[in-house]
Amino acid sequence: MRLDPIAAPSPARALGLPALAILATIALAAALAAIAGANPLETFGLIVKGAVGSKFATLETLNRATPLIFTGLAVAVAFRARLWNIGAEAQLYAGALMTVVIGTQLGLPGPLAIPLMALGAIVAGALVLLGPVLLKTRLGVDEVVTTLLLNFIMALFISYLLEGPLKDPMGMGWPKSPALPRDARLPRIVEGLRLHWGFALALICAAGVWVMQTRTTLGYEIRAVGQNQQAARFAGIPVGRVLIKTALISGGLAALAGFSEVAGLKGNLTSDLSPDFGYTGIIVAMLALLHPLGVVVSALFVAGIFVGADSMSRAADVPTYIADILLAAALLFMVLAILLTRYRVVRG
Amino acid sequence: MTEIVDILISASFWAAVLRIASPLIFATMGELICERAGVLNLGIEGIMVIGAFAGWMTVYAGLGLWTGVAVAMLAGMAFGALHGVLTVPFGLSQHVVGLGITLLATASAYYAYRLALPEVTNPPRIEPFQPLHIPGLSDLPWLGEALFSQTALTWAAFACVAVVSLVLYRTPLGLALRAAGENPHAVEAQGLSVGAIRMGAVIVGSGLMAVGGAFLTMSAFSSFFFEMVNGRGWICIALVVFGAWKPGKALLGALLFAGFDALQVRLQQTGMGQVVPYQVFLMIPYLLSILALILMSRRAHVPAALMTPFNRGER
Repeated sequence: MRLDPIAAPSPARALGLPALAILATIALAAALAAIAGANPLETFGLIVKGAVGSKFATLETLNRATPLIFTGLAVAVAFRARLWNIGAEAQLYAGALMTVVIGTQLGLPGPLAIPLMALGAIVAGALVLLGPVLLKTRLGVDEVVTTLLLNFIMALFISYLLEGPLKDPMGMGWPKSPALPRDARLPRIVEGLRLHWGFALALICAAGVWVMQTRTTLGYEIRAVGQNQQAARFAGIPVGRVLIKTALISGGLAALAGFSEVAGLKGNLTSDLSPDFGYTGIIVAMLALLHPLGVVVSALFVAGIFVGADSMSRAADVPTYIADILLAAALLFMVLAILLTRYRVVRG
Repeated sequence: MTEIVDILISASFWAAVLRIASPLIFATMGELICERAGVLNLGIEGIMVIGAFAGWMTVYAGLGLWTGVAVAMLAGMAFGALHGVLTVPFGLSQHVVGLGITLLATASAYYAYRLALPEVTNPPRIEPFQPLHIPGLSDLPWLGEALFSQTALTWAAFACVAVVSLVLYRTPLGLALRAAGENPHAVEAQGLSVGAIRMGAVIVGSGLMAVGGAFLTMSAFSSFFFEMVNGRGWICIALVVFGAWKPGKALLGALLFAGFDALQVRLQQTGMGQVVPYQVFLMIPYLLSILALILMSRRAHVPAALMTPFNRGER
């Protein structure tokens, strides 16, 4: 078989194929539920109810979406430049770590501490990605593997700190950091509703990334580097420097997920702060086709699936990992569908 | 220092090196085959998970150990086929598809495990592969324990390196496979199908990765638990680079790597372990992998068409 480009895809093709990908994902979900001995329709109902069925559920979904918007943006920004940052998990923890250190060790008043915590987090996350990107631009070391391996190194480093220098003396022996003082936490957007300003910050970042990508020279340069590095270099774009700037933005965004989780939700740092938010950010970004505003929508969708599946698995005998399968399958179906809107499969 | 020497002259250390290297050898050979044909397979981590689970589950269900290895291999090949279809004929991004396969395979293994054993907190054990007794050799003092107290799967791992080398460098098939990763147009000019070669390489390579995963549950730990693969797949990708895409050098890399891993476990028990936090020791494998990448990235010759999809008729 061979792929032939389609000059102008018909609307039926451009919309029908992604719709087909969604249908295929739903069919797979139904099959998985049936294998578990559950009624597929009931399972779907429970997932939707668990995600948006009540005020509590909806707020839970919004809270879960917050770190995913940050990590999704981090991945989207980097992938746009074909910088394969698979290390959002490590950058998230670097951000969370800096947040806790600044918030608990410096004794600053809240209004001063919070911006400093966010800034420190951004710097820490950016630095974590700076290493791999310098290795890539200077020595040609593939960043996929280095960023992946850094996730494991960072997890061990955090575990060491939580059992050693950063351990909460009042923690009854649990490996967790001391809690942030009350006034160093992100306030709730609306009093009485369990949703903090981290969510608003995530939306602001999404808008900011969108403006950066569409309205600035850097955005143009990032796109050019991502489309064709040789051509970008030929056009006089400093490819190395663009990649470094991209990495700093991407690492900083991922770190804000750690900042927002610690300062907005948890109040302290534990080694299970992130249930793979960094890796899930890849799915979020890909489902959004790397569009920063799309990231918000896809983060809400992905968070809804996770929150809904958690709640569903408590009611039905379907393991919560159904959510992970669905999202991975959705990712693969979707990239294939998008390809087929632009290319026609020809025999021979 | 004397502690390190004591460790290095103990037979159990060398036995551990071979044991730790075995899963890495299988998976590294699998990845190497894929990459020599021109396909980066980032599904490796998840394929190792599915292999670990499928092999273990088969034996837990009452079937034989070798049946378990075969089932693990088939499961790996199935995910390899999916990876192959998406990246070879469709030419989708090998990064995105590979990560997608890793997530899909890992989640599938966890889902199936929870389905089979809903309420288990202590992972059940199986009777794993036992060390093969080789008459004469296994009874040698020191050497018998150091080198000849391994399970059949470890021997299979070494045999696998020999087979992969032979096929790659001594057969027409190997030549075609290497050419598919270097100069696919030349392969087509010979009347061979680049697509078929690459598909075959990804499927067979993924089968080997899954056997590497199965080694963990069937020869090393005897039960399946979450996050047991723990980045070994990513380490194997670094080992392929370290081995300059050559099976023999990659084997050396895996052994060297396993040596450091076996050493760090033992150093934790010594005086050093009292001073240095254990997390530092556990970081060593990952730090070494990064170091290996840095050292070799410039020197090694990367297959020229690695990560370049081939669309027939396109120039």
